[in-house]
Order: sequence, then C-alpha cells, then structure tokens
Amino acid sequence: MNKSVLLGTVAAATIVAGSAFAGTLDDVKARGELICGSNTGLTGFGAPDASGNWAGFDVDLCRAVAAAVLGDPTKVKFVPTTGETRFTALASGEVDVLVRNSTWTFSRDNDLKLDFVAVNYYDGQGFMVKKDLGVSSAKELDGATVCIQTGTTTELNLADFFKSNNISYTPVTVADDSEAQRQYEAGACDAFTTDASGLASTRAAMADPANHIILPEIISKEPLGPVVRHGDNNWGDIVRWSYFALLIAEEKGITKANIDDIVKAATDDASYDPEVKRLLGVGDNDTGKLMGVDAKWAYNAIKAGGNYGEIFEANIGSATPIGLARGLNALWTEGGLQYAPPLR
Amino acid sequence: MTLAIDAPKDHFRLSMLVYDTRYRSYTIQFIVLLLFFAFLVWLTNNTIANLAMRDKDINFDFLFNRAGYDIDQQLIPYTNDSTHGRALFVGLLNTLVVAFFGCLFATILGVFVGILRLSKNWLVARLMTVYIEVFRNVPLLLWIILTFVVFSETRPQPKDFRVTDEMIAAGQEPAANMLFGVIAVTNRGSSFPAPLVDRPLGTVTIATVPVNLTVVATLAILLASIWGNIVLRRRAKAVQEATGDRPVTWWKSLLILFAPVILFLAALGFHWDYPALKGFNFQGGITVAHSFTALVVALTLYSATYIAEAVRAGIMAISRGQSEASFALGLRPGRTMSLIVLPQALRVIIPPLISQYLNITKNTTLGMAISYLDLKGTLGGITLNQTGRELECMLLMMLIYLCLSLMISAAMNVFNAAVKLKER
Repeated sequence: MNKSVLLGTVAAATIVAGSAFAGTLDDVKARGELICGSNTGLTGFGAPDASGNWAGFDVDLCRAVAAAVLGDPTKVKFVPTTGETRFTALASGEVDVLVRNSTWTFSRDNDLKLDFVAVNYYDGQGFMVKKDLGVSSAKELDGATVCIQTGTTTELNLADFFKSNNISYTPVTVADDSEAQRQYEAGACDAFTTDASGLASTRAAMADPANHIILPEIISKEPLGPVVRHGDNNWGDIVRWSYFALLIAEEKGITKANIDDIVKAATDDASYDPEVKRLLGVGDNDTGKLMGVDAKWAYNAIKAGGNYGEIFEANIGSATPIGLARGLNALWTEGGLQYAPPLR
Repeated sequence: MTLAIDAPKDHFRLSMLVYDTRYRSYTIQFIVLLLFFAFLVWLTNNTIANLAMRDKDINFDFLFNRAGYDIDQQLIPYTNDSTHGRALFVGLLNTLVVAFFGCLFATILGVFVGILRLSKNWLVARLMTVYIEVFRNVPLLLWIILTFVVFSETRPQPKDFRVTDEMIAAGQEPAANMLFGVIAVTNRGSSFPAPLVDRPLGTVTIATVPVNLTVVATLAILLASIWGNIVLRRRAKAVQEATGDRPVTWWKSLLILFAPVILFLAALGFHWDYPALKGFNFQGGITVAHSFTALVVALTLYSATYIAEAVRAGIMAISRGQSEASFALGLRPGRTMSLIVLPQALRVIIPPLISQYLNITKNTTLGMAISYLDLKGTLGGITLNQTGRELECMLLMMLIYLCLSLMISAAMNVFNAAVKLKER
C-alpha cells in the first residue's frame, strides 16, 4: 500500500510539473495574470517609479501582451530579474515571458532552449567614460579598468574587442546596472560598458549627465527582444504577434488616441483598408481564434500603450531624458529595421 | 530434588521480526533504509525526467569549450581563449589563496586575542571582549561589504597620483601620494614593489602550469639554509651537553641563513620593480585588488573572534596547578604560557579550530558580494550564466567544496592526533 501511495505521488508530481510547461496560454488565462520577467531597474526600459508602478519600453510590451491575452493591460505581475537569474527564471516557469533587454544569440536560442520571438530594439554595445578622462575613442582605453555586468553578452564582446585591438584592460564584474553605476561614479572603473541604450538610460539617471560621454564605437550587434520557453509555439506566436500588432499599428497610423475613431470608420466603411479591419477585429474578422485569444486582441494591445512609435517616444525617445533617436529602430518604410510580416 | 528444565529452544518465526524486541529495531531500520533509497531514486528520476521535458541533459562538455571572459586575478596563466575548465581552476586557486591567508591571519590574531582576553590588565581584557562581541555578532557579509567600501570609497583615484610638468613648474603637490614612495593604494587596489631578477633561470611547464625556476631555486636554498642552521644548533647542544660550554653560534647562524640566498639573488641581478602610474592605472609591481584584500581582512577579523574564544576555552581548561607549578620552578609568565599551558591547551583548541578553518574556506564564497572571482564567481557565476548549465555547475561546485573541506579536516585530524594526550 505504501508503495502505491509513493508511486501515485510521483506520478502526480510529474503531471503537475509537466503541465506547467505545455500550455502557458491556459496557465495565464487560469491565473488571470501575466507574469513578466523584467529588469531590476533600468530607467526608460523597465523600472518601478516612486509609487511602485512599473514603467518603460519593455514594460509596455508586457502590458500589450497582457491586454491581448486577458483584455486588461494592468493584469501583469513584474518579476525583477538580474542578468544572472533571468533565463533560469524563464526556464523554470517562474515567469511566462521575459522582456528584459536580452540579446538574441545562437547559444541562447539553441543551448538554453529558449525562443526569441521578435526584436523590439536593435542595439549595440558601447562605452561610457567621464568627460575629464580625455578619451575620445574606445581604442584609447588601453590599460583601463572597465565595469561590466556579469552573465551578459557584453562581457564576451568586451573581451573580444580588446583582444582584436591588441589592448589590455582590467575587468570589474558587477551583478546589475545600479551596482555598475555606483562603482563607475565612485571612480572604481574608468569606463562602463553595456548596450548603448542602457548607457543612455544610466546616464540619464545620473546627477551630472553632461559630465559623461558615450564613445562613438559600437562594438557589437545586440538585438534585444522578448523571450519565451522553447516548445510552446502557440504562446510564442501570441507574444510575437502582439508585438507585430504594435508595429503594424504604427505603419497604418493607428494610435492610442485615434483607435476608436478608426474602428468606427472601418465598421461603417465597407471599402476601408482590409488589413486594418483584420488587425482590429472589425466586423466578422477574428484573427484571435487561431491563437486562442479574443478577436479584439490587437485592439486591446494597441489601446494599452499605443503603437510601437508611441511607446518608443514616451519612454526612451528624444523628448525624454534618455533621448534616444529611432535610428535602426525606425519602421522599414523610414529606413529602419522594424518590419512586421503581413497580417493575413 | 530439583527438576532442571532447559529454556525452550527459540525457533525463528517471521512474526518475531515485529513482535520480538530483539529483532524489531532491525526491522524498522531496514524499512527506513529502503524508504530512504526509494526517495533518492525518486529524486534522481524526477530530476532527469524534468530535465528531459525541457530538452536538457546532464553534460559536462562545456568545460572544454572556450570561456570567452576575462578574470582579474589569476594565479595561473589564463586568457579569454582558455577553456571553462581552466577558468574553474583559476577560480579554485583564488578560493584557496583567500582561504589560506584567512586561516593563517585568523589563527595568529585569534591566539593573541584569546590570550589577551584572559589578561590581568583590566583595560586590555575588556577591549578584547568588546572586539570579540562586536565582530562575532554582526553577519560576516556586512563586514565584507563594509571593509570593501572603506577601501574603495576612501582611497583616491589613480589619476590623483598624477604629477604633470605644469604641477612641477608651479610647485604643486599631487592630490595623493604613495606610501614611502613605493606603495600605491588607490580606490581600485594596492600596488606593491615586486622582486625581479635580470637573469632569470626560466620556467618549466608542468601540466600547463608554468613553474618559475628562480622561485623554486630560491626556496630550495632557503630550506637548505634552515636545515643547515638546525644541524649547527644540534651540534652546539651536543657540545653543551658534553662539556657544559655552549659555543657561540649567532654569527654562524646568520651567515648560514642569509649569505647563500643573498649571494644567489645578487648573482641573478636582483632588483625591485616599483609600481608607476601609466595611462589609467598603476603598472608594474604587484597589484592586489581590493576585493581580495577586503575579503581576507573581513574573514580574518570575523573568524579570529571564534578562534579567540576557542583559545580562551582551551587555556581555561588547563588546571591552575600547572601554571602555579611552573611559576614555582621560576619560569616567567611568557614561558609558562608557551611551554606549559598552550601545548596542553592545544588538545582542547584543535577540534573547534578545524571547524573554523572549514568555515573560513566555505565563507570565501561570500566574495561574490564584492565581485571577487573565486570558484563561486567563475564556475558558479560567469560560466554558469554563459553556458546555462546550472545543474552541472552546481553539482561540480558542491563536489569541489566537499572534497576541499574533507581534505582540510583530514589534515587537521592528523595534526590533532599528533598533539592529543597519548594514553599508554
């Protein structure tokens, strides 16, 4: 009898563990909440504000996914993860999706069994130094002490960059951005290196941003994007298309403000742009059915924080303290790389 | 007449396993053992099944792949082209060197503090009590971070040491000066002069670890000198026993101890390599990062309190009669302590000392708080992150720490057996 109880427990434990990885969509719906892995605090991308509300470029994508799946952008729980813990948190099922400026690489895709479903920010690694150091190029950093965040691709790019330029450096490995900023400001390192967007964000959070310069060299490709677990393709598709919906919305000029007018116009006008009708679920268009979400999924996602361009400008754009230009992240129609496949 | 009846012959029956108190405990132990093994089998199976479900396997091949990252403090040559396996060894050596210095300094400090706490001098004894209570009752991690912050926030930046031509012309002093003109303590690390020779004997590489022959030869000469000195003193003692006169040996001792090594180094062209500010940092000399210094200092100050208490307990365990007898023989207090009390106290001190050494070794992992790249920082930190092999890295790391602790404990047990009371 003892034995059968034990075996029963084993079987039950295995089944419970198994179900946690098969249908993320069902789990999220049953829970009524999306759990999103985010940064521990990177101004403009993902950080809690003074009253504890999360805000940022990555955070808004999480909200868009929550809106698409649950119809409510506030039903998100943000779990702060460090560079070290993020992929473990995702692989173990602690978070449903990771939107935490993570670089898409071959080994993460294949060895870590993760799926990068899109690129929401095309970035590259740069260096920040104090202005009075008198350095104008990263190649002049021979012998410098450099602060890096451990567990990141930047750690490996840094080693490669100094090696290929035949110069030396002393690494100071730190666990997260805020510790790196503290060490850099205290002068424990001459330069701080991370993704250029992260540098801009760190600089904006400093007391004296004008005294720091970001060196012109961009030493790597850093495509940052949302990540899901390998093997749950339906969930991956939902996250991917929630993001594409934001891109298509920008392309079609649909904003948070005018979306209701457009729905109304599309409902009344039989000859309105059919892609917009499919996107917004106007009439008997139901693109959500195939993914297992509501017909209004894209409408909800766009309504949450606006289209891609609006999210960009509100969090990290040129009007914010971070002041990043669209650059590579402009739409393909404007010479950038952001390109959504057709929704049909 | 009495009737002798043999006790009834006991035939073993299965039910006796439960009802006979002689066998019942065996039955219970056997069942518990079976259950324990069943639990282990379930745990292993569950792990493998869950890993398989995530398309993961247990694979240690990553140890032979290129690491790709750099390590600040390396005792054996290492570049970012080396393997993860070599990074593991670099980390392990960093762990061992911190543990070694931690144990050494903590023992020295602990013995002094332990003895001083028993001092008849009221102020000294109270000061030691305060030190022990303050350090022992605050978590070690906080001491480590505090020590590191004190070093890194209060010391000047390397650029403050810079002397430019304009400053010399204007007669200005730099913002910071080197200690005695040779040691530079910046907010990043401490640079000391390094001993160098012009004509080194070269190196041989044993199992990919280069061995500096100059250092080996110097150490060999030193050891030979010490042995020579022991022989000299033994001869002098023999002469003293035979004749009653002890020959004068001090200048012979000095000659034997120092002349060979000085001559040897002079022949190789010995000189000091002084650190100098070049570019962003001090170059030349030996640079020790503050993460190392802070870790050793904090571990020493913290663990020394426990060792001091062990020493105090050991001394108090020795009967007062021993020291009174020693005083009666005319021995001074210092000699009484070193010749009579401490050797006997060692028997009480050694067992808790073993566990303190184990604690120091394991506590080195707290270095991760101040970015010290020990075994936890390389294998359990960067390698784990870059390869995503959590289970393998953790298992390997636990195995290494287990072996390390068992080796320390075995060595100390041998020492304990040598000093313990011999009962004949």
